[in-house]
Amino acid sequence: MNLKPYGDTALLLDCESLDEAQRWFAALHDEAEVVLGARSVLLRGDPAALRSLVGRTSPVATAASLDGPQVEITVAYDGADLDDVARLTGLTPAEVVAAHTGTPWTVAFGGFAPGFSYLVGGDPRLQVPRRDSPRNRVPGGAVGLAGEFSGVYPRESPGGWQLIGHTGLAMWDTAREPPALLRAGMTVRFVAA
Amino acid sequence: MTLVIESPGLLTLVQDLGRPGLGHLGVSPSGAFDRSALRQVNLVLGNEPGAAALEVLRGELVLRAETPTWVAVTGAAGPVTVDGDPRAYGRAIPLQAGQRLALGAPAAGLRSYVGVAGGFAVPEELGSRSTDTLAGLGPAPLKDGDRLALGAATHPPDIEDVPTLGRTGELTLDVMLGPRDDWFTTTAVRRLLESPWQVSPASDRVGVRLTGPALERARPDELPSEPCVRGSIQVSADGQPIVFGPDHPVTGGYPVLAVVLNRHTDRLAQAAPGQVVRFSRVS
Repeated sequence: MNLKPYGDTALLLDCESLDEAQRWFAALHDEAEVVLGARSVLLRGDPAALRSLVGRTSPVATAASLDGPQVEITVAYDGADLDDVARLTGLTPAEVVAAHTGTPWTVAFGGFAPGFSYLVGGDPRLQVPRRDSPRNRVPGGAVGLAGEFSGVYPRESPGGWQLIGHTGLAMWDTAREPPALLRAGMTVRFVAA
Repeated sequence: MTLVIESPGLLTLVQDLGRPGLGHLGVSPSGAFDRSALRQVNLVLGNEPGAAALEVLRGELVLRAETPTWVAVTGAAGPVTVDGDPRAYGRAIPLQAGQRLALGAPAAGLRSYVGVAGGFAVPEELGSRSTDTLAGLGPAPLKDGDRLALGAATHPPDIEDVPTLGRTGELTLDVMLGPRDDWFTTTAVRRLLESPWQVSPASDRVGVRLTGPALERARPDELPSEPCVRGSIQVSADGQPIVFGPDHPVTGGYPVLAVVLNRHTDRLAQAAPGQVVRFSRVS
């Protein structure tokens, strides 16, 4: 883990893996405002105080494994980037759908926007780069791919992921407790509509 | 104790000092883009510094008092009238029941703040009355006919004019390099610090997009999604920077080359399309 400067209101722990980031997150989340990334942990606050906090903290030995319930997400595979994803992966669009639905995904961490979760553990053939330039508007319910992740946009927002379909399921609802449908550790299975 | 929005102009939002501390829920701080202008309007009115006010994009707001109250306008300065008669910017203005406050288009800057004695008492969501345009938290953007409840007011203190905000010309923002400056070529780092950057019309509260020379990467791989803050300068694959605003995503997928210091992020609230921004490195 490397400490990296992050302006005058935060500090970044640059980790080797999601697992290492999760272990630092678990060690620090009661001590500071902590946001988990895919390979990093952001601490918000005075950088000097945070450096000292990290210096006297060790990551926990193992990230808690949360065997949550399985959630099924029904998807209409009609995304604007489905053909691009097929081209990038060397698969046909039908094979992209089969790969996306064929392997269960695990909720790694939340972020980007409320209700947005990064899903990992899917078919490795589906790793594609983000779009060269993010879209200003991605519709709510859009299902996308980026890097090793899949995810569902909880509402209309800007976004750079490759869109392969959409779902009508509400990812985030503040009238619900907890408001986020997906939480770390849950298993997600996509089903073609 | 209510005010009625007769016309919200292009975009009028309720904003306070936001909802800090909820990054772990995927919730950004949001809150007033120009926090100093929000604090000023509340100072003028004798409110708590973080009382909710209206953030008005490019003026053209008209509202009507249903009960006697005091209002004030700070941030981007433009014509302020009550029933057509000019009133001072940056001072408490009495409004009688039935009187209309109108804002013209600001001469400089983008966002004006209209405060009211006692603050706007819209319901809180996750501890704040702010509208987060990305997350969809807080009240919807205001529309014609919206009636807004007011908090308990005291008589405003007698305060001199606050200084007019809304800078014209170039904005210079202090930045610290990193965390991912090592993902970029030395030329890219030099270009960031030496080039004039033009504010793009596609800018909003999520981020201020800048156009200028391409900032080239030293490595082609994808950055695993990483948390970001208000002021993060993220560079997308087309080499153009975006400086995140109050409604920024909690994590982003492009490397952050540098971060605007907190004290200068408010200035971006008033950066109009076409205006020139420069970055100055501090260590």
